Amino acid sequence: MGAGLRELRQRRKSVTSTKKITKAMELIAASKIIKAQHAANDALPYTRELNKAVSAVATRSRVNHPLTNAKGERKRVALIFFTSDRGMNGAYSSNAIKTMQRMANRLHAEGKDVVRYAVGKKGIDYLTFRALHVEASWHGFSDTPRYSDAHEIADRLIADFLKPTEEGGVDEIYAVYTRMESMLTQTPRVRRLLPLEVVEGVREVGQGEIPPLYEFEPDPEQVLDELLPLYVRSRVWFYLLQAAASQLASQQRAMKSATDNAEQLIEDLTRQENQARQSEITQEINEIVGGASALNESQAAD
Amino acid sequence: MADDSLWVEVVSADGRVWEGEALSVVARTTEGDIGILSRHEPILGVLVPCAAEVLTTGGERKIVAVDGGFLSVNDNKVSILSQYATLAETISLHEAELEMASAAKALEAGNVDEETKRHYNRAAAQFKAAQKASSGLR
Repeated sequence: MGAGLRELRQRRKSVTSTKKITKAMELIAASKIIKAQHAANDALPYTRELNKAVSAVATRSRVNHPLTNAKGERKRVALIFFTSDRGMNGAYSSNAIKTMQRMANRLHAEGKDVVRYAVGKKGIDYLTFRALHVEASWHGFSDTPRYSDAHEIADRLIADFLKPTEEGGVDEIYAVYTRMESMLTQTPRVRRLLPLEVVEGVREVGQGEIPPLYEFEPDPEQVLDELLPLYVRSRVWFYLLQAAASQLASQQRAMKSATDNAEQLIEDLTRQENQARQSEITQEINEIVGGASALNESQAAD
Repeated sequence: MADDSLWVEVVSADGRVWEGEALSVVARTTEGDIGILSRHEPILGVLVPCAAEVLTTGGERKIVAVDGGFLSVNDNKVSILSQYATLAETISLHEAELEMASAAKALEAGNVDEETKRHYNRAAAQFKAAQKASSGLR
């Protein structure tokens, strides 16, 4: 067997095993994404009830809470962005990072200090590689987040938001997450997390619908005190769920195209391999025929 | 829906824990225990960690471990919203007891930050709920 033929065979084998791996990853992502979508759907009743309650309080009392009030001067602005823990997700993480960086550049141009919070190893790596300061980071749950993760992240953000600016607090917090529009499109988005805009919730009650006259226990202010942190956590929970679903959808797509590429490559390699083998056989036959005729000729000469 | 019943929904952050028709709901707010019957006035109350009780129209007693959150009543519908609400029947009494003991130990060790306190409250509520549920069965 010629060296060229052996090499082609080896390459085809290695591409075949790569294809098996990417195919398996594609299938895993496809099954996980269904779970992620279920999780996102299961979280809906909670969010809906919470929104209803917040708007109920907001319509009854003047919303005046540290979490809803903009601080006088915006100097330190925080960005929290959601990326994946591992690669093989196509452009998922880099898209989120790009959006984050664009936002950061804009804030820098406005003369603000930017504080970064990273969720997911890719984001942490991005910041540490560029020697950028990471205020806080979380990782290890990018494809299967749990509510307690959201709880932890949100509580840290709330605590930093409530701290005075001079003591290292932040004046505004923006979240950069990837929204799952469909299996085909996931778009990175920037949303303001804090201070909260409760106006949003009020509109959801619907036109013409009279909001019920709730009795509050103990009183509207304390109910609000209890509700708003829950509301922030549920926002973060929503971001985590969306990010997880987007990551998996992106992974499935990336792995599908990797599998398709591998298939194309295998086809090409097989063709080249057959050609090499065929030419080797032709050459051998030529040699034999040549040898035989040479023999015949020498016998005839005798 | 019958005249003397109301619709109850227990929701945790991970999804709907239980929903169905019930005769009454008892839960503990910051002001004390509150019992809700059909056609209660609209109310929005802050819950403290407790074991909430729902008496279903089928005569069953559903117990839910609640770690705070709130309760809202409107239009004969009761929603109990709690981040980690769990049905008592899904909690193992033994595990809940261990959990509570370890949380209590952490508290005693001088670890009195918000997180450990919350953990203890949650564990205690789950233990209480599991206890209530198992005594109800006997």
